[in-house]
Amino acid sequence: MLPELGHFALVLALLLSGLQAFFGIAGAAFGRSRWVAATSSAVAGQIIMVATAVGLLVYAFVTYDFSVLYVAQNSNSALPLLYRVAALWGAHEGSLLLWIFLLALWTLAVALGTRSLPQRFKARVLGVLGLLSFGFLLFTLATSDPFRRLMPAAPDGRDLNPLLQDPGLAVHPPVLYTGYVGLAVAFAFACGAMLEGRMDQDWARWTRPWTTAAWAFLTCGITLGSWWSYYTLGWGGYWEWDPVENASFMPWLVATALIHSLAVTEKRGLFKSWTLLLAIIGFSLSLMGTFLVRSGVLVSVHSFAADPTRGRFILAFLGLVIGGALTLYAWRAPLLKSNAGFELTARESFLLFNNILLVVACATVLGGTLAPLIADTLGQTALSVGPPYFRPTFLLAMIPLLALLAVGVHAGWKRGNLDHRTRGILLTLVVALVLGGAVVLGAFGGRHWLAVTGMTLGGWIILSSLLDPIDRLRRSLSLPRAVLGMAVAHIGVGVIVLALTGVESYTTERDIALGANETARVGGYDFTLAGTQPVEGPNYSATRATVLVSRDGALITTLYPELRRFWVQQQERKVAGIYNRRGTDLFIALGDDLGAGRWSMRAQIRPMITWLWLGPILMALGGLLALTDRRYHLARREATAPAAAAGERA
Amino acid sequence: MTPQRRKRLFLVLGIVAGVGIAATLALLAFRQNVTLYFIPSDIAAGKVHDDRAFRLGGMVEKGSVQRTPGSLEVRFAVTDFKHQVPVTYTGVLPDLFREGQGVVVHGRLAGGVFSADEVLAKHDEKYMPPKIAGTAPPAAMQGGG
Repeated sequence: MLPELGHFALVLALLLSGLQAFFGIAGAAFGRSRWVAATSSAVAGQIIMVATAVGLLVYAFVTYDFSVLYVAQNSNSALPLLYRVAALWGAHEGSLLLWIFLLALWTLAVALGTRSLPQRFKARVLGVLGLLSFGFLLFTLATSDPFRRLMPAAPDGRDLNPLLQDPGLAVHPPVLYTGYVGLAVAFAFACGAMLEGRMDQDWARWTRPWTTAAWAFLTCGITLGSWWSYYTLGWGGYWEWDPVENASFMPWLVATALIHSLAVTEKRGLFKSWTLLLAIIGFSLSLMGTFLVRSGVLVSVHSFAADPTRGRFILAFLGLVIGGALTLYAWRAPLLKSNAGFELTARESFLLFNNILLVVACATVLGGTLAPLIADTLGQTALSVGPPYFRPTFLLAMIPLLALLAVGVHAGWKRGNLDHRTRGILLTLVVALVLGGAVVLGAFGGRHWLAVTGMTLGGWIILSSLLDPIDRLRRSLSLPRAVLGMAVAHIGVGVIVLALTGVESYTTERDIALGANETARVGGYDFTLAGTQPVEGPNYSATRATVLVSRDGALITTLYPELRRFWVQQQERKVAGIYNRRGTDLFIALGDDLGAGRWSMRAQIRPMITWLWLGPILMALGGLLALTDRRYHLARREATAPAAAAGERA
Repeated sequence: MTPQRRKRLFLVLGIVAGVGIAATLALLAFRQNVTLYFIPSDIAAGKVHDDRAFRLGGMVEKGSVQRTPGSLEVRFAVTDFKHQVPVTYTGVLPDLFREGQGVVVHGRLAGGVFSADEVLAKHDEKYMPPKIAGTAPPAAMQGGG
């Protein structure tokens, strides 16, 4: 009975999202204030219905309701509780429901968090979000109903894919999807502005915090995915330029460009049409990512089993969304003239180049990701485009971007007088060059020019980003959160550059075969297999190895990598043992029983890998600081004050 | 031409030139660094011409996995149900590597034997490498799980 209720809740949510779209868009267009007011009620109704559906599906998982097909396929009576809940988004149907739930949550946040916005504009934004919810709910109900019954009920479930039985599953998809879906808010604001015919600096100020929030989630989501992929053997490490990884990276690149171009639009009223286009492209790319991942058209390590009908539906939806938004754009583009000029060394130019380089980088990634598909459609030999293509082309766009970043943060708006900072910029460059060179030549050895470039650029960005906050503190000036946030985020970029340089240049990785009490030396560390023993888990049996890691005869740590064999699907999963020593990961995974008492193992020494996770956290933190800047709240308070007064009088 | 316009012209020309150069370099990188993807029938048909590394996709032939006891070296055959290619690999195999399941390996062909330097696994046990799905017998489509 309960699963049917869940299905019914989804149907109601579909109707409500349709009403939300209609009241929002038509109410604003025909000036019906009661319709406009009804939009928010539809939003509230929709979130209640979607939350009910999610709750019922979680309940079905937790109570082992194997009469629900999705639960029977992705759970089992021996599955631990954490994974029974996380299994909700462990496969296609449930992850769509998660998408819908998050979209409803973002919509609710917009409805609650934008009281100061003009009612009509707000209704239009909510209306566009309603249209998107409608599309996804229709998709779910038509092709991927998570509440479908299994008759007769299965005696036990087929279990969650063992590879997904990892803490990574609990955090990575929800955070990444929050970012993906958050871009829908930027998209809705852009569409709302175009419908309204009002694309001014106010609009940019309203959009900015939402876009920054979505970007921060996307940053964290991608990093969590990268971390999960890093410690899972056979997924190609922390970044493999795999289509599924690219699908999440492309919206991120565009969202990064968008938050920078929004800054120009807010401060100077420039780049309006470009900003609108970026908002449209950003969300379109996140939809396309869903299409690529879900339709199985691309060869990927992270592929799920494919279903062509689903692919076709998402493709049609994608066409409607992009086509509709671009038509709107073509209609409104003539309104988007701006005549303000700026100097070549002004902040505007630096941000312009930032945008061009980010979009070029995104285009090269897109080209490489779609090339196999295009070649296949044209009947050419099947291609597979991997790191050898992506690495150099991406670096080509990134190196100038990073250099411009170190200089551009000091440029003022409009006039762009850099004179007061010339000394600081040059000084930090020299210091970074000396430090970078010293690190590469001294600490690690080897003298590849890329390693020196990376270390120098990373250090330069960090030092250069510190100049302005330090200067403000020294002169006892205020340090607004926006300025602080910018510095923190850019320091995060520098940290990532340093980390990538270190990890890419100095990682040692080797597969070794060890018998009991045998030792292998990898990257200056000795790995000794002390023994193996059988271990029983809640739904698996495992072999656990005891590996002693020492350096120069001194024991550093003992690691316990496991090889788990899951009972239901009879599938294996290697759980690596990792020890972090001053930012360097000592990593050992237990492979197969090679016979003759020996085991295959993969040992890795990855210097600076911790910084690779720290950098994105700093970036997201910077975004968080920036979006809580006072001016967004001031604007709200100013606008609410008269409204509240008016309310009292009435 | 006003100074304002001249500046804008230079800016636009600079952007066009920059994007053009970037596109050219990306295309060059693409031509040199693209990895081809084949299935065993392609190899049988002589589509692999040079000794460049490529990706080979197919199913791990049932009963073909062999090890020398105590050594990291493993041999198996990749099949598309029409032709098969023997593969050697030295190292740790990924979790989803199993007889009768899909696999994608990267490496070179030498003397009829594919020497792999990377073996990739998939998230999903029902996964079939591209181009194989159409040729597989119905029993194999059910997957091993």
